[in-house]
Amino acid sequence: MLVLEAVSYRYAGAERPAIRQVSLTLDKGEVLGVVGPSEAGKTTLCLVASGLAPRAIRGAMDGRVLLDGADTTALPMHEMAARAGICFQHPQTQISGICGTVFEEIAFGPMNLGLQRDDVVVRTWDALDVLGITALAERDPMQLSGGQMQLVAIGGLLALRPAHLILDEPTAQLDPGGTRLVGECLARLAAGGASILITEQKTDLLERICGRVVVLEKGGIVAAGPTDEVLAAAGLAAMGVAAPSRVRVRRALAGAGFGDGAIMDALH
Amino acid sequence: MIELRLEGLVHVYRDSTVRAVDGVDLQVGPGQRVAIVGQNGSGKTTLVRHLNGLLRPTEGRVLVDGSDAARLHVAQLARRVGLVFQDPDRQIFARSVRAEVEFGARNVGMDRADRNDAVSQALAATGLEGESDTNPYDLGDSRRKLLALASVLAMRTPVLVLDEPTTGQDVRGVEIVGSVIRAAHAEGRTVIAISHDMGFVAETFDRVVIMREGRIVLDGSPAGVFAQRAWSTLEETYLEPPFPSRVGARLGLDSTPTDEALIARLRERASDSVL
Repeated sequence: MLVLEAVSYRYAGAERPAIRQVSLTLDKGEVLGVVGPSEAGKTTLCLVASGLAPRAIRGAMDGRVLLDGADTTALPMHEMAARAGICFQHPQTQISGICGTVFEEIAFGPMNLGLQRDDVVVRTWDALDVLGITALAERDPMQLSGGQMQLVAIGGLLALRPAHLILDEPTAQLDPGGTRLVGECLARLAAGGASILITEQKTDLLERICGRVVVLEKGGIVAAGPTDEVLAAAGLAAMGVAAPSRVRVRRALAGAGFGDGAIMDALH
Repeated sequence: MIELRLEGLVHVYRDSTVRAVDGVDLQVGPGQRVAIVGQNGSGKTTLVRHLNGLLRPTEGRVLVDGSDAARLHVAQLARRVGLVFQDPDRQIFARSVRAEVEFGARNVGMDRADRNDAVSQALAATGLEGESDTNPYDLGDSRRKLLALASVLAMRTPVLVLDEPTTGQDVRGVEIVGSVIRAAHAEGRTVIAISHDMGFVAETFDRVVIMREGRIVLDGSPAGVFAQRAWSTLEETYLEPPFPSRVGARLGLDSTPTDEALIARLRERASDSVL
C-alpha cells in the first residue's frame, strides 16, 4: 500500500510547488490512473511516490509518503528500490546504456537485487515474453526504435517484480498492440496483488485497467473517483483531458439523434 | 510544389544486419496528407529520415522533385523538406524560444521581414506566442515538442515531415498539431506524419501507409485501410482500427473510421429505410 498525505513538492530553484497538497491511497491490488493536462504535475507525483524526489532529485517536500506504513524518507534506497519501481516517461532515461543486449539490460535490475542467476534468467525471459519482445533479446538496446526502447524499459521494471509499480506515460510511444499488451500485463500484476500507479494521456487504456482515476490540474487533485464516472464527467475536456473513445462516440451519436438502444449497445 | 518518390529504398544501419527499410516504393504527390503507421520498429522513422537526407539509402533512390536526394546539397534539401524529430531535445539548442524558431528560418536564407513574419506565425500556430523570451528548457516536454514543430514551420518548406507529433501531447496539444497540419494542407504544402494514434490519423489524413518489418503492407484512404477486410492485416501489424470503425462494423455499416463517417452512414441508412 502506498499513501500520500498532503504532499507538496517544490523543485530546487523553482518559485512555485509542482504539486500541492496531494493526498491519495493506492491499495494492494489496485490500478490507480492519474490524468491531467501537460505540466499539471503528473511526473512530479510519480517521482515523489517512488521516493526519487527528494532523495535523488533536489527539492523541498511537505507532507508524507508512506510505503506499507514506512515513511519513504527514512527507508534506505536499496529497500525502497526493491519495493517500489518506477518507469520513466522517456525510455532513454531508463536504459542503463552499459548493456550490450536487451536481455542484459532487462536482467540488470534483478541482478542488482542479488538474486540467483537462474532466477534472473527466468524473470528476464518472462518480461520479454509478456511484452512480446523475445525477438529483441540479442539486439543492442541503443539501436532500437523509440517504441521498442520503451518496451525494454517496462521490461526492466517488470523483471524486478516490485510490489509497487509507478509508471509515467509508459505507452506514449507504443503501437496499439504494444499498448494493449502493457495494459493486460499491468492488470495481471494487479490481480496478483501489485499496487500500480499510472499516468496516461490514453484514457482508452485507463478505462480498461483502472478502478479509480484522479485528475490533476495545476499541481492539485481536482477530481477523483471510479474510472467510469471521472472519465465520463462533462468537464473533463475543460480540464485538458481527452474523454475515452467510447464516451466521445456515445456523445456524438446522442447529439446526432442516434441515442437509441441498439446503436448504444454497439459501443460495448 | 514538390513530388517525393522513393524507389526500391533499403536501409541497413551500420553495425547491424537488420533491414530497417526493406524495399519501399512510395510516391507522394504535392499537397498530399500522408500518415505512416506501423508496429514499433517497423522502419517508419528510418524511412522518413531519408526524405531530408539525414540518412542515405543503402540501396534504391530518393527523388525530391525529380532530383536524386543523394546529389542535392543539404541546404537545398532543407529548403524543400522540413523534418520534426520525435524527441525535441535532439533539435533544440537556443537560449530563447524566439531564437530557436528563428534559427532555421535564417538558415534557409529568408530576409528579415519574411523571417519575422514566419517566426511570429509559427509561434502563434503552436500556441507559444507568449513564450518568446522563455528558455526552451523551462518549457515542459510537450511544449518543447511544439517548439520543435514551430522551428520547422517557420522554415516554410513545401514539405513537412513530422515524427510522432502527438506523442505526449494532451488534448490541447493534439488539437494544435491537428490544426497546424490542416493549415499547412490549406496552403498546399505536403504533410507526412508518423503516428500510433489511429483516431487522429483517420481524422487528419487523406492517405494512410501501413508498414511492417520495413515494408509497406497497406496504402490507401482511411476508409480503405481501416475497412473490416483489412483488420487481419492490421492485427498482424500490431495495429487496430479506430473505435468508430469497430462500432460501425457491429452495426453492419461500411467502413466508418471517424465519428463523422459513422453518423453519416447512420443517416444514410435511416433515410433509406424511410424510402
